[in-house]
Order: sequence, then structure tokens, then C-alpha cells
Amino acid sequence: MEDSAENAVGMPQLDFSTFPNQIFWLLVAMVALYMILSRVALPQIAAVLADRRGTITADIAAAEEAKQKAVEAEDAYHKALAEARAEAGRIVDQARAEMQAELDKQMAKAEAEIAAQSAESEARIREIRASTMDMVSEIARDTASEVLGVFAVKADAKTVSAAVDAQLKREDAA
Amino acid sequence: MAENGIDIRPMDQFVVKPLFGGDVVNWYTPTNVTLWMALAVLAATALMVYGSRGRAVIPSRAQSVAEMTYSFIYKMVQDVAGRDAVRFFPYIMTVFLFVMMANLLGLIPFAFTTTSHIAVTAVLALTVFISVTALGFILHGTKFLKLFWVDSAPLPLRPVLALIELISYFVRPVSHSIRLAGAMMAGHAVAKVFAGFAAALGAAFFLPILAVTALYALELLVAVIQAYVFTILTCVYLKDALHPAH
Repeated sequence: MEDSAENAVGMPQLDFSTFPNQIFWLLVAMVALYMILSRVALPQIAAVLADRRGTITADIAAAEEAKQKAVEAEDAYHKALAEARAEAGRIVDQARAEMQAELDKQMAKAEAEIAAQSAESEARIREIRASTMDMVSEIARDTASEVLGVFAVKADAKTVSAAVDAQLKREDAA
Repeated sequence: MAENGIDIRPMDQFVVKPLFGGDVVNWYTPTNVTLWMALAVLAATALMVYGSRGRAVIPSRAQSVAEMTYSFIYKMVQDVAGRDAVRFFPYIMTVFLFVMMANLLGLIPFAFTTTSHIAVTAVLALTVFISVTALGFILHGTKFLKLFWVDSAPLPLRPVLALIELISYFVRPVSHSIRLAGAMMAGHAVAKVFAGFAAALGAAFFLPILAVTALYALELLVAVIQAYVFTILTCVYLKDALHPAH
């Protein structure tokens, strides 16, 4: 190749005899590359880019939706919590009222029993006191008769019992 | 190597040769041009089709590169040439990928850089120039000529400006093509010259090798930037055809 003429002359770029060859193959190459790019490569890449844009948009929308859902869920949770609290308060109040009612009832019943028993006791006490008083007057009369007998004072039973009764009434009043 | 020391042939790398022997380069002969253009197409296909074959929502590395390239050029077409230029996006993508891959493949040692040939870049630039001009007339009719008639300038100046605009319009394909071919050719030739020095300098061989290394990094940058420049200029010209008003 060193012996070919144009090497010595200088620029192979200006060797016009090769121009048709270069131009022909350039056109072939350009047409081939244009076909490959416009038919296969560029639509393929455009589709991928569009896909990606779509995916990103969809993902952002999904994220937005999820966030919305989370907010709703939180709201629902707070609502349920408040409702549960109200319900619990209500139940507590109700239970307290029921217990109070029951308590009142039991108290009333117990008081009634107590009143009945105390009335009965009082009656018995009165009875006992009455019988005691009888016995006391009888003993006092007997004792008075005995004392009078000892002092040899004649006194009829009527006078003695009247005096004893009067004395007992004074005692009672005191 | 010749006995007189330095025998550097920096332009040998640009010679168009038939792939399968012979000396005659007919228009249909498979040459190193054919090979390296085919490789450029293959590399572009590998990146854009094979790389993104997974169609994953979360891209692999290769898919990321393909998508970034796609988005980069798409945005450039949209920003520079306007929204209605998007229908020409596949062609602009083709130009960008072809030029970039050809430039990068040319940096492989012993490779042939197809974009260093003025014939190739001129055809690319002329295709853009002719189609953009035709598009301008198809879309706007004679109103396309308003591109050269600067309404905002004072009336006496307008013919002068029109002449200047016209000249600059027709210089476009020249600068468009020579910029790319020149950048590619110069870088490769300089790299070859430095490499030749390495052989000639003997003990100090490492100096040119360091220089070649630095130059290579620069050339990588240039390869991508020139592809970018070529593409963005295509968009700028396209914008003139779509929106001729200043």
C-alpha cells in the first residue's frame, strides 16, 4: 500500500476516484440505520419511557390513595374510640344506678326490719316493765304489810295498797 | 522504516482500500469504508436495540445509556428546532448516532474513520441543506425567502443584509461538513505523527507516548462534541426551515 500514488501526494480525502464508493456506502449505511432506528429502536425506547411515566404516575396516585385511606382509617379509629368511651361511661353510670337502686332497696328493707324489730322489742320492754311494776307493787305491799306487822300497827289491806300505789306513782314521776 | 530516521505517513490511515484485494475502487466495491460504516451501524443498533431489549421500568446500565441518548437528542430537537420538528427526530437521531459511532470507532487503533472524509460529511451536510431548503419552500412557499430579508433592519441596509444572509446560508453546508471532517482528520493525523516520533526518538520515546495518551483523551471528547455540534447545527437549520421569521 505504500507504493500507491496518493500516499505521497497527501490527502486521500481529495482522491475523487473513491467518492462514488464512499457516497454509495454512506447512503446504504444511513438508510439501514434509519430503518433500524425508526422501526425498532425508537418506538421501543419511547414505549419504555411512556411505560415508566405511566408507572410513576400510577404509583403516585396509589400512594395518594393509600394516604387518604390511612387518614380515613385514623378518623374511623378515633370515632370508634370516642364511641367506646361514651358507651363505657354509659355502662358505668347504668351499673352505678342499678347498684344504688338495689342498695336503696336493701337499706329500706333493712330499716323496715330494724323498725319492726325495735317496735317488737319496745313492746316487750313495755310488757316486761308493766309486769315488773306489778311485781314491784305487790312486793312493796307485802313488805309494807310485814313492816306494819312488825311494828304491830293494824292496817287494812286497802289503805296499805293505796299508800304503796301513791308512793310508787311519786317514784315513777320522779 | 527508511534509513534516514523519520518516515511518518500520517495520512495513510485515511486511504480507501478494497476489503478483498485489488486496486480498483468502483462505487460498489466493498471497502474499508463499507466495513467501518457497517460497524458504526452495528454499534448504534447494539446500543439502541440490544441495550434496551429488556424494556425494564427500572433500566439496566445499557438501557439507561440508550434512554439518555434518546431523551437528550429528543429534548435538543424540541428545544432548538421547535415542537413541530419532532417528526424529523428519527432522522436527526440517525445522524447523531452514525456520526458519534463513526467518530468513536475511528479512535480504535488501526481503525478507519469514515467521518474524516469530506465526501462522507459533505453528503451528510448536503442532505441536511437540500432537504431543509426544500422543506422551507414546501412549508412556506416564497415566504421562506423572508429568512434573507431582515425586516427589523433599516430599509437601505436590507439588500446588503440579504446578500450577506444569502452567502452565509450557502456557506452552511461547507462549514457544516468541513468542521467535522477537519476535526476528525486533524486529530488522527496528529496522533499518528506523535506515534511516529515515539519510534524515532529512541530513549525519549515516552514523551510522545504521553502526548498521544493526552491527545487520545482529547480526541474522545472531540469525537462526541463534533457529533453533538453536527446534530445541533442540523436542528438549527431545521428551525430556519420551520420558522423562517427572525
